[in-house]
Amino acid sequence: MQHQSTFERVLRGVLIALVLVFFMFPIVWILLMSFQTNEQILRIPPSLLFEPTLENYRALITGRLETHAGTLDIRFMQNLWNSLILSVFSVALALVLGVPAAYAFARFRFRLGEDIAFTLLSFRFAPPLLVLLPLTLYFQDLGLSDTYVGLVWVYQLICLPLILWIVRGYFEDMSPDIEHAYRTAGHGWLTTFRRISIPLTAPGIAAAGLLAFIFAWNNFIFALVLASADKQPVTVGALAFVTASGIQYGQIAAAIVLSITPTLALALYAQRYLVEGLSLGAVKG
Amino acid sequence: MSAATLVLDRVDKIYNVGGARPVHAVRAMSLELSPGEIGALLGSSGCGKTSTLRMVAGFEEVTHGSIALAGRPIQAEPPARRNVAMAFEGYSLYPPLTVRDNIAFALKSQRIDAAQVERRVAEVAALLEIEDILGRHPSSLSGGQQQRAGLARALVRDAALHLLDEPMGQLEPRLRAVLRGRLKHYIKERGLTVVLVTHDQTEANALADRIAVMEDGELQQFATPATLRDRPANRFVGAFIGEPPMNLLPAEARAEGQGVVFDLSRDARLSYAPGEVTAPVRDVVLERGRVIIGVRPHAIRLSDAGFSARIVANQWIGDQSHVAASFSGGSVVVVQHERVAARSGERIGLAVEARDLHVFDADSGVAVAHGEAPA
Repeated sequence: MQHQSTFERVLRGVLIALVLVFFMFPIVWILLMSFQTNEQILRIPPSLLFEPTLENYRALITGRLETHAGTLDIRFMQNLWNSLILSVFSVALALVLGVPAAYAFARFRFRLGEDIAFTLLSFRFAPPLLVLLPLTLYFQDLGLSDTYVGLVWVYQLICLPLILWIVRGYFEDMSPDIEHAYRTAGHGWLTTFRRISIPLTAPGIAAAGLLAFIFAWNNFIFALVLASADKQPVTVGALAFVTASGIQYGQIAAAIVLSITPTLALALYAQRYLVEGLSLGAVKG
Repeated sequence: MSAATLVLDRVDKIYNVGGARPVHAVRAMSLELSPGEIGALLGSSGCGKTSTLRMVAGFEEVTHGSIALAGRPIQAEPPARRNVAMAFEGYSLYPPLTVRDNIAFALKSQRIDAAQVERRVAEVAALLEIEDILGRHPSSLSGGQQQRAGLARALVRDAALHLLDEPMGQLEPRLRAVLRGRLKHYIKERGLTVVLVTHDQTEANALADRIAVMEDGELQQFATPATLRDRPANRFVGAFIGEPPMNLLPAEARAEGQGVVFDLSRDARLSYAPGEVTAPVRDVVLERGRVIIGVRPHAIRLSDAGFSARIVANQWIGDQSHVAASFSGGSVVVVQHERVAARSGERIGLAVEARDLHVFDADSGVAVAHGEAPA
């Protein structure tokens, strides 16, 4: 790498810039759109020079959108809140259930163990619509449709297999003798699980949790079918911006910016933690 | 608690019980280790020695039989309540802790006061030459350093029993040789009861008071290194202990007057005059007839008194000659401490003193006689 000509360095810089522009452009454009009015957005040709407005954000936060066709109620903040509740509780439940299960699958051989693990994984590749129709009927009978509990339950189809399979791999990579060493030092099984197994796989658990959170946050179809307006997450709520009088591009852009913020913040926070964890366990055995 | 007696009573380990292919890893293993004794489990890989150790530690369930420590049955107890310390073959140090904290870990959780912990860690670190890495994390250490840290973590503890699984496998030969002596001194000084698992005879001989030779899940013999060498219980132990391995030659024993003759083949025989072979040995050997003779390579003499063989290879390896020779009854390896001049293809005469003979039953392989006494 030391013997690099100027040409190579320039070429590399250009290529990196191209890749960055390609991937960052839509995000930057959305950010710009979120500060423009619908008229400014739809202007042809589009211009980078505009007078920024916070009108879109104001409308989202106050929940009232004034257009020339009249006022429109939007429940974006409620949707954002729903997304947060659904994702956080789904991931929390999936961790509580999935981490011990992953440990069991990694450490113990039991009858039908592999079959159960694979069945759980298969939830990930079954199309959601396959289960949605019967689920809708059951949920109506059970009184679970349009409740947080019901949605968190269904979200386990997304989160649980993910956490189970990722965390299982981390447990399998960890030598059981580290646990054995701790147990011979006078500690019970549960203490060992809490004090050794979980901390040593924490980076993996965090990564799986983050991934599960993103998947849960981005879910659309389950919430679309099983939740009504006051339980809808942002993914479904965004449909409200497609109105009879036109599409509210400015609000959509602002909504997108607001809705990716929590995931982005979480990812940035977790990234620091992930790196720290990885450097601790970098050399195994 | 101080060192205790370990008793294994007809212990069986069967993996995958009731499954499609159960594996019988340990069969009816019985042995008793006195307080302060160092016992080694010696055998090739897959012989069941590590399974035995892990049953004692409590990481594997005992399928049948019982294990008692200090007179208390422990096979149903969880590892935490067995009061054993273990050094693992894969080191298994706690990654987030420094070497010092790894070693001190168990002592600290026993609420031993800090000054004493410090002193004991320093002591064991000096023993294993790891003082300079006490402040480092396991991930930055070589395999040998991690192994010594793992060994230190086990040795520092007061436990009724210390289990060491291949404790020196990763060390370089010089360090291994130095540490063996020091380790034995440390163990004896504190009177620890130790079970050592190894596949290295030199290590077992140097460290252990008694060695349990295992093969195919079965205990072959549990005895002192000297007994294993001089009076192996069967042909497996005879061939397993010693380097190069014992020569095993099928033979037919018959009486010749008051003497004994072993026919190794049509034209090769070892004959002993009356008095050379003691009367009790003569009786048991003649009773068997078909036997296997075991002779250590060092015990074969170059002499025309015995049988003749053709040299296949002759190597001087610095301090001894290794001669491989074949004859009508098979082939033998001879070790001589002076240089053997004969070349490949030449014939030499080989003889064995009666006191160097090991005689095994031809069918069962069980020892019949060693030198001057029946087995």
